[in-house]
Amino acid sequence: MAEARQIGADGRLRSTAAAAGDEAPAAARPGRGTAHDRWFRYGTLLPAVVLLLMLTVYPTVNLLMMSVSTIDFVQGGQVWNFTPARNFGRLLNDHVFAIALKNTLIFVVVTVVAEMVLGFALALLVSGAPRAKGIVRTLMILPILVPPVAIGSMWKLMYNYDFGIFNQALAVFGAMPLGWLSDPRIALASVILVDIWHWTPFVFLILFAGVEGLPKEVLEAARVDGATTWQTIRKVIIPLMMPSIAVAFLFRTIFAFKVFDEVYLLTSGGPGTATEVVSLHLYKVFFEQNNLGYGALLSLVIIVAIVTFLATARRFAPEAR
Amino acid sequence: MLALKGRELWIGYALLALSILLVVLPFLWILMTSFKYQIDIYTGAWVFTPTLFNYADVLFGPRSDFLTNVGNSLIVAAVSTVVVLVIGTLAAYSLAKLPWAPWISKAFLGWMLLFHMIPVLTIVGPWYLLFQEIGLYATLTGLILTHITINLPMTVWLMMAFFRDIPVELEEAARVDGCRRAQAFRKVVLPLAVPGLIAAGVIAFVFSWNEFSIALNLTSRGTATVPVGIAQFAQQYEIQNGQMAAASMISTIPAMLLMLFGQRFVVQGLTLGSVK
Repeated sequence: MAEARQIGADGRLRSTAAAAGDEAPAAARPGRGTAHDRWFRYGTLLPAVVLLLMLTVYPTVNLLMMSVSTIDFVQGGQVWNFTPARNFGRLLNDHVFAIALKNTLIFVVVTVVAEMVLGFALALLVSGAPRAKGIVRTLMILPILVPPVAIGSMWKLMYNYDFGIFNQALAVFGAMPLGWLSDPRIALASVILVDIWHWTPFVFLILFAGVEGLPKEVLEAARVDGATTWQTIRKVIIPLMMPSIAVAFLFRTIFAFKVFDEVYLLTSGGPGTATEVVSLHLYKVFFEQNNLGYGALLSLVIIVAIVTFLATARRFAPEAR
Repeated sequence: MLALKGRELWIGYALLALSILLVVLPFLWILMTSFKYQIDIYTGAWVFTPTLFNYADVLFGPRSDFLTNVGNSLIVAAVSTVVVLVIGTLAAYSLAKLPWAPWISKAFLGWMLLFHMIPVLTIVGPWYLLFQEIGLYATLTGLILTHITINLPMTVWLMMAFFRDIPVELEEAARVDGCRRAQAFRKVVLPLAVPGLIAAGVIAFVFSWNEFSIALNLTSRGTATVPVGIAQFAQQYEIQNGQMAAASMISTIPAMLLMLFGQRFVVQGLTLGSVK
């Protein structure tokens, strides 16, 4: 991923040129292998470039045109009308989008912080308990590989008001049952809990690889110098693991921002707008309200926000990517 | 690393046992639920007579499309995995080993990075319009194309990491012996990259099998995949809890198999793909 590192934000501006300019460098560098080798060079990259042009570049350009239009379906055909003011007006008055943004930010901050802390603690713990490594790693990978929709459906059953395992546990302690997903005050927290369960193992795997890669001599030196466990962690392990930490942090931030499957299944954004998140709002505008033009404008806003985030993250955490 | 000793070690093992329990417990509870009749689910019974009714109803019930869903998911995941491996591996080799101008590889990888980072729903709308126009809406072909696209970035990064670890000298030796580039790639480099191909293939298959938001919007009843099928069990007016649990359990089968047989490759892939 070394090359990707230097790009981040502005890569998309240049990509259309990338495909169009395939010929140029070959002409600029004569004598690079035989004609056969040159064909091989183009042939290897071309399928991927064509696919990206068709299915990512073209749709993104299309987003620009959609965002200033209203698209209706009349007798199976598409009718486009130029209505930029209407779409922008709707963006400014879209309170649900504002709520979705707020919920998403809360979701991202809480889940990422919790997952990083728990994942890091678990990684240290496992590396210090040699006999547990194999089994922990085997079981931890399970939540990551299971379909997110299945995770959502599993937790929906566990959160069930009448027979879910959580309310059964509360009953054991004589407490009143909670409406985990139906009470607006705790619905978002319930969804956050699912995400923490789902993704802490991923953070653990990345950080565990980092811990295992630490130079043993440095840690032993810290021990010999009389550092306590806590001092070793804070002064030696965390600084040495910054690259792994940054990667896990960036990955989780981005993926938490994209969350959709679990929330769709657990609450569909409800009750009311208590768990409405950005992707879910986008889905509703596009496919439930059939408002493709406004949906495209929302998409562009989100893409610009992510590009800005990546550019900023690159400045503040150069080792991340 | 921080080797725990004595009492610390026992507390450590206790905490680990607790975290393992927390990870596994939901699966066990749902597995249990999937073997219960509706009445036992509603009473929250811990002792009950197990039944295969839910599985039979999910797979063969007259109202259920789940077998079709499984078939669709298998086709889409298998075909898209094979194609993305071919396209992605070639592109990764090209970028890792062949003389491209830096701005071309940077633009290519940067675009893929950005595409990987944005919520996929931002682009599903344009796909919907495009596929309606060219007649791929609600077809498996359309879905396969989109799955190839979303799996391309991961495949390329993973394979680039593997190709970079293969020494140039091996290839040069083959070239000196009179191999063309394509032959050197096929006969020398590719066999050495097989672990990478397995890791990338496994991950692409799982991603495709698990993918929900595209399938939800670009399929119809006959082309829906497993995740869409599960969502339908959960969204009906009368929620079929037992069937939902059974369908969820069936959908975890690829993950379970991989955990048993291929976890070394998956862990390697997940950490390589994100750290390198």
